[in-house]
Amino acid sequence: MMDILFPIGIAHYLTLAGILFTLGVFGMFLNRKNVIVILMSVELMLLAVNINFVAFSAFLDDLAGQVFTMFILTVAAAEAAIGLAILVVFFRNKGTIAVEDISELKG
Amino acid sequence: MIISGLAFYFFAGILLLSAVLVITARNPVHSVLFLILAFFNSAGLFILLGAEFVGMIMVIVYVGAVAVLFLFVVMMLDISFSDLRKGAMQYVPIGLIIGAVLLFELIAVFGTWSLSDEKIANLGSPTPEGVVNTEALGRVIYTDYILAFQGAGLILFVAMVGSIVLTHRRRPGVRRQSVATQHARKPEDVLDVKKVTPGTGI
Repeated sequence: MMDILFPIGIAHYLTLAGILFTLGVFGMFLNRKNVIVILMSVELMLLAVNINFVAFSAFLDDLAGQVFTMFILTVAAAEAAIGLAILVVFFRNKGTIAVEDISELKG
Repeated sequence: MIISGLAFYFFAGILLLSAVLVITARNPVHSVLFLILAFFNSAGLFILLGAEFVGMIMVIVYVGAVAVLFLFVVMMLDISFSDLRKGAMQYVPIGLIIGAVLLFELIAVFGTWSLSDEKIANLGSPTPEGVVNTEALGRVIYTDYILAFQGAGLILFVAMVGSIVLTHRRRPGVRRQSVATQHARKPEDVLDVKKVTPGTGI
């Protein structure tokens, strides 16, 4: 048991990131009506990906992973800003943020 | 060695616990606060891995900007969040099944992969010796990855312009300063000098 737990290798970080990603996916199902919590689940999934990148970067002594993490961070910030702006505009026009009410574009 | 291992389990445990609380909390404000806790703990993990710069960026960008943005929006929207949770439980079984399959696949991949022997020859940007993490990152960001770095700046710029365009609205009946009208005013339009003789008034 102890030799699985210690020392911490890359597999530990990858498993942690896998569990975190799964929690993000599960959060989407659990809160499928609430757009805000769905966006938070997306942030959790991006965080899991970042942990993967940084873990590989640290264990392979390759800086490219950390550089890429910053680009993911950029995209995550942009996505949150745009997503929440769309949400605010939608709420102003419709007075709701329930996912099933967002069906105006349905043919 | 054992201390850093215990630190990993400490940060990882709180990270997973707060992630569970993010998706199960009844109040979205609590969700955002647990999200902040999760980001703090992941920053701790990054520092444990020797990526101090990314860890600090994580705290600044996620906790300082993204999470506060979420908090702002959650508090600004006037919604009954308990209504949004109604009927959510019927999707829990399928969510659990998909989550279990996904987790099984991820762990199956993570458990069986191995590095090839040529990996050292294929490193994108090997970590230089005797240089702190921030300096090493700065050396590659502004040289090898300058195009991607500028592209990231462009993405942020477009996101900023986009969210301003989306949320900005012109409201009628608001008195704003109009610089052009102010400059077009001439003294003769608004001033009228009258000679007043004492005792008569105008």
